[in-house]
Amino acid sequence: MYPAPAVTALIDQQFVPVRVHIKENPTAWKRFGIRWTPTVMALTPDGKEVRRVEGYLPEDEFLGQLYLDLGYACANQKDWKNAQHWFDEASKLENTDAAPEGLYWEGVARYSATHDHTLLRQITETFKKRYTNTSWAKRTIVWQK
Amino acid sequence: MATAAKEIVWQHDVDAAIAESARTHRPVLLDFTAAPQ
Repeated sequence: MYPAPAVTALIDQQFVPVRVHIKENPTAWKRFGIRWTPTVMALTPDGKEVRRVEGYLPEDEFLGQLYLDLGYACANQKDWKNAQHWFDEASKLENTDAAPEGLYWEGVARYSATHDHTLLRQITETFKKRYTNTSWAKRTIVWQK
Repeated sequence: MATAAKEIVWQHDVDAAIAESARTHRPVLLDFTAAPQ
């Protein structure tokens, strides 16, 4: 995952990266309840877990997960503008699991910034055409009423 | 001439990284590994 230039550049520019080897720091493994390897976890600047990815992912999938990490980290701080940007980046990786999740949350970030209810219906309409069989599409059904 | 991809400079102290994260407003990325050293 890490030799990929796009992944390396994103981590270098946007995160504070820490490698925790089980032999060097078993206490940290216990502290964060690690149950499988690799586990990659994002924390907010105040040390709270944003989310974790367990298991190996190929480059594009992992890149998408990193974009989602950044989006959720911004959303946790109600920084909707930057959240929207990072979720949008995830949504552009069309053949990844991150894309529909990014598309859904990009819409949520836009809605959260404006409270414009018409945006939710727009998201629903988008999911009628794309990623129709994903759980993210199903989550938008409630907004079409 | 092709340039080499930049390598990630991994830190190893979780709490120091969280303190840096608070200063820089960049999230921490923890990579838990058991790969042979």
